[in-house]
Amino acid sequence: MKSYAKYIGKRVLYMLLTLFLIASITFFLMKLLPGTPYSNQDKLSEEQIAIMDEKYGLNEPVIVQYGIYIFGLATGDLGTSFQFHNTPVSDLISYRIGPSAQIGIQAVVVGTLLGIVLGVVSAMKQGTWVDTTATLTAIVGRSIPNFVFAVLLQLVFGVWLRWFPIALWTGFASSILPSMALAISPLADSARFMRTEMVDVLSSDYVELAKAKGLSKWEVAFKHGIRNALIPLITLLGPMAVALMTGSMVIENIFAIPGIGEQFVKSILTNDYPTIMGVTMLYSLLLVSVILLVDILYGIIDPRIRVATEGGK
Amino acid sequence: MENILEVKDLNISFDTYAGQVHAIRGVNFDLKPGETLAIVGESGSGKSVTSRSIMRLLANNANVDSGEILFKGEDLIKKSEKQMQKIRGSEIAMIFQDPMTSLNPTQKIGKQIAEPILKHQDVSKEEAFKKAEELLGLVGIPNPAKRMNQYPHQFSGGQRQRIVIAIALGCNPDILIADEPTTALDVTIQAQILELMKELQQKIKTSIIFITHDLGVVANVADRVAVMYAGKFVEVGTVDEIFYNPQHPYTWGLLSSMPTLETSGSLYAIPGTPPDLLNPPKGDAFAPRSEYALKVDTMYEPPLFKLSDTHFAATWLLHPDAPKVTPPAGIVARQNGFRAKQVDLAPSSDLTKLSGQDVEIDQEQGNLSVDEITTERDSKGEVNEPRY
Repeated sequence: MKSYAKYIGKRVLYMLLTLFLIASITFFLMKLLPGTPYSNQDKLSEEQIAIMDEKYGLNEPVIVQYGIYIFGLATGDLGTSFQFHNTPVSDLISYRIGPSAQIGIQAVVVGTLLGIVLGVVSAMKQGTWVDTTATLTAIVGRSIPNFVFAVLLQLVFGVWLRWFPIALWTGFASSILPSMALAISPLADSARFMRTEMVDVLSSDYVELAKAKGLSKWEVAFKHGIRNALIPLITLLGPMAVALMTGSMVIENIFAIPGIGEQFVKSILTNDYPTIMGVTMLYSLLLVSVILLVDILYGIIDPRIRVATEGGK
Repeated sequence: MENILEVKDLNISFDTYAGQVHAIRGVNFDLKPGETLAIVGESGSGKSVTSRSIMRLLANNANVDSGEILFKGEDLIKKSEKQMQKIRGSEIAMIFQDPMTSLNPTQKIGKQIAEPILKHQDVSKEEAFKKAEELLGLVGIPNPAKRMNQYPHQFSGGQRQRIVIAIALGCNPDILIADEPTTALDVTIQAQILELMKELQQKIKTSIIFITHDLGVVANVADRVAVMYAGKFVEVGTVDEIFYNPQHPYTWGLLSSMPTLETSGSLYAIPGTPPDLLNPPKGDAFAPRSEYALKVDTMYEPPLFKLSDTHFAATWLLHPDAPKVTPPAGIVARQNGFRAKQVDLAPSSDLTKLSGQDVEIDQEQGNLSVDEITTERDSKGEVNEPRY
């Protein structure tokens, strides 16, 4: 276990290095973007621009600006937004991350769990109408883009049934429709994946042995099947989480959710450098954390992988 | 002794896209308490299907077309899935071929051994795990208390097969079905596992059905041997009878293709391949590959001829009117050794000596009439119903 802690420590170090590289690359790429943060540059005099540049540190050479930014980042200072009333970027993010995180997490949890259930059931009922229905559901869910699904949800549950608000942020009730819209793709993916894996596991020798022990079909599935079928699915969780992060930008716009995605799009359109950097760094941090989490999960579920990461027994 | 298991006229077929495959075609056998019966045959002969049908663990496309599997007098085929679950793992247990894949890789082996005990016996979790630990020691895993908490990948192949055996023995089964338990292991480990199985059989007095294609293994473990070919038992007898007085040409072929200390030059191989059971051949299924085939073999299925109370073989060569053939030299040597201790079992010698596939049975000459053969019973050789 000691070596396991060492392994995680090493991974965290790599994570920091990755984040540093992302910050550097994004910073220089952003500086290459055409245009300036000033929306009405034509009306500003040279002097005014110089004063503004001075105030925001834009008069320094790019390399110096980079140095200042990285130093700020290291000390936890994300800078001040140009566009949003001179608010510190960290405040902007912390104010907006709540709704985004809420619908994101709800979507991942509900989507994957339902997907797993659907996949297991269709694997157990192979070739029956249950299997066909589940497979069809998964294919339809995978094929329809989530923004189309979002509009459909608004129509059915918002306009016709009037169960939930259409586009308004008031808390949990208004998070249900966007979460459903976001959940459809992880649901479809994990259902398809889980079915394939489960079918594979159910034909394995150890499942045959479990049956020979006198276990019933469902006992075999729960005690020996699901855990082994889950291992490859975890691989899918990383990319899935990323897809949800980017996917949520559109969904947040459709449902008028004051989330990070919406802010990210706005900041790019207005060359709000500190906000672009801040949100990029947040996404990157989330991503590398998810990847680390997935690797740790692997070790918990599959003892063979645990040994490999510990460098042999 | 009362038979613990009686299989009567078992017929099993599989539905495939190509059609019905008749995997088991009228198998009969019985098993006495404490006895080891080896079922030998090449791949596809139906050994594993026979064993899985006893466990009722056949694939979904399998049909038991007819027959009975009487376990302690009750027909297993008529049992519900629920009733079968009570029997599997407690009264009839099974050991599988590949120890590398037959343990759940994500579960500690202690839990895997304790599982059938918890399932079938009214014991607490602690008692089940204690029993599991004892079993682990019994099958020869050192330091069982510590090893209980390890995962399958932390054991070698031979150790894993020991664990699989421990799982099977959890509830002291009446019958242990071992489906090629040593095939995936290297030879030195094979010997250890066989030794262990024999030792444990003495201790817990279980019957064993040992499925293998390895005659060397058979000689080591079995009391009785059944030779299987194309879904049928073609010869059954005690180990001595099968090894030293084989009667069926297929058994001759199998024994001849087994290397002995005297073997020099190239090893014998039975020519051809087993028949396609999608369309089982008429008559004796082995005839097309046999150099001792008679014309009658292509027309009528041979019944099981009785050679002794324990020895039966399904070949027309045993019919009193059949031409006398000389088995391969190696087999004759085996038989001579056997005859030294036993009464002469050779078919009557006054029949015309014929050999090879060009043998024609001439009905006009009345030498060997096909019709007569199937009905005739005389004093020299009994034609028996296929029961033994």
